Amino acid sequence: MTEPIVQVSPAWAVLAPLALLLFALAGAGLNGALVARSVGRPFRSGASAPLAQVARLLRQRRQVTVAADVLLWRIGAGGLVVVAILKILVIPLGPWTLADLDVGVVWFNTMDVMIWALFWLIGWGANSAHALVGGYRFLSLAVSYELPLMFALITPAVAARSLRVGDVVAAQQNLWFVIWMPVAFVIFCGSVIAFSSWGPYATAVGRDIAGGFLTDVSGVDRLLILTGRYAVLTAGAAFAVPLFLGGGGGPLLPDWLWTLGKTALVLATFVAIRHRVPTIRPDRFAEVAWIIVLPAALLQVLVVAIIVVGS
Amino acid sequence: MLIDILFWALAVVAVASGATVFAVDSMARATYALAISFIAVGIMLVIVGLEYIGIITILMMVMEMAIMVVYMVMYMGMNPALMPMDMTHNKRGSAVLAVGTFVLLAAGALLIPWPARVGAPAADLTASLGHAIMGPKMLAMLTISPVLFATIIAGLVIANPRGRYDRWGDDLKRRPPTDPMRGGLGR
Repeated sequence: MTEPIVQVSPAWAVLAPLALLLFALAGAGLNGALVARSVGRPFRSGASAPLAQVARLLRQRRQVTVAADVLLWRIGAGGLVVVAILKILVIPLGPWTLADLDVGVVWFNTMDVMIWALFWLIGWGANSAHALVGGYRFLSLAVSYELPLMFALITPAVAARSLRVGDVVAAQQNLWFVIWMPVAFVIFCGSVIAFSSWGPYATAVGRDIAGGFLTDVSGVDRLLILTGRYAVLTAGAAFAVPLFLGGGGGPLLPDWLWTLGKTALVLATFVAIRHRVPTIRPDRFAEVAWIIVLPAALLQVLVVAIIVVGS
Repeated sequence: MLIDILFWALAVVAVASGATVFAVDSMARATYALAISFIAVGIMLVIVGLEYIGIITILMMVMEMAIMVVYMVMYMGMNPALMPMDMTHNKRGSAVLAVGTFVLLAAGALLIPWPARVGAPAADLTASLGHAIMGPKMLAMLTISPVLFATIIAGLVIANPRGRYDRWGDDLKRRPPTDPMRGGLGR
């Protein structure tokens, strides 16, 4: 049973980043545990690895490359977490939302476009070849995933006849959108993993280019970027819930708990995919994205639009 | 009151970062100064109640700047991070043009007898914008859009250096097609 979405006092906005960072930390912990399992170390040492990493990076001295564009570099490094926080403003936690925007879906889309700029700026700022290659690789991937992502975002909005996230949740009272728009859901999830430069789409930080845009970042900048990647992955997982998974809808438990639970499940899946799927090269993926994925997304919108107009 | 202050502050940011585009010495900084200017304008549009237009302005412009900077750096044929460069040329002519345009537009804005507002804004501006475009103007849209679409396709076909005859040969039988890049579909 979903309750109507209400906008809560802006004072609660203090808690939203905290929750986001906790989820991001949990995601990092899960990743650490999976890494530990794959190399045969104890599970727990892997799960606590992110905390050790935070402590290490906080104390690490910042290295600066020659003729780095420090201003742009710092903007790129600090911006990721900010963008992730701005993303979750429109995501309702059960019945409560921080910003009940008329155009919440477009807001989310705008924030994920910001990531284009941020990752490129991180790559550019260092003034080093590998980092720059990483930045360009991300942009070439972005050109492939962004249009399918836009249509995947629009599909639930078409079905709900509204760009307001609350209306999209309300439209799923009887049937979750993931059931009758699975293609859009899969494309959305793939794009979230891509815009977080994660898992199979992590070529911008690939080992073949010595870590890509992460090559030369150190200390607190590196901490902010790594946190930011987990944070945008978390925000993307959280947005899948109101968009496709019925928001806070579910039996027995309160709505807000359902939202958190579903978010955790989606995030865990995203994190685990990294250890299951091989790397996808952006240059080869471009043709697949434009010839198969984009038309699939368009067909999905068409099917949904016909059903909505017909009903 | 607070909103007014925010609006004017954003206006100052928009103009100042727009001016910064010509003051900085790197392509990347110039491009992203322009992006900040567009973001400020987008937020101002949100403030005056055009939420959709404002946010979509930010979306499109940030995306455009992210791509534009690649071309800016590419066309310069050097590394502007290592080689500071001047963003201005033809200084006197462009200054005359800029000041002239500004004076003309500002004079127009101040001197025109603006009509008083008739009617009230609709409750849902996005919906009424959609109705305004797609309702009575539907015939015009239906006429124009195939023409525009055909123009885009024709432009692409003419500009495409790697059409299907280039890739699959004159009788379209060459397999696999000759592509500059391996991978992707069908090979």
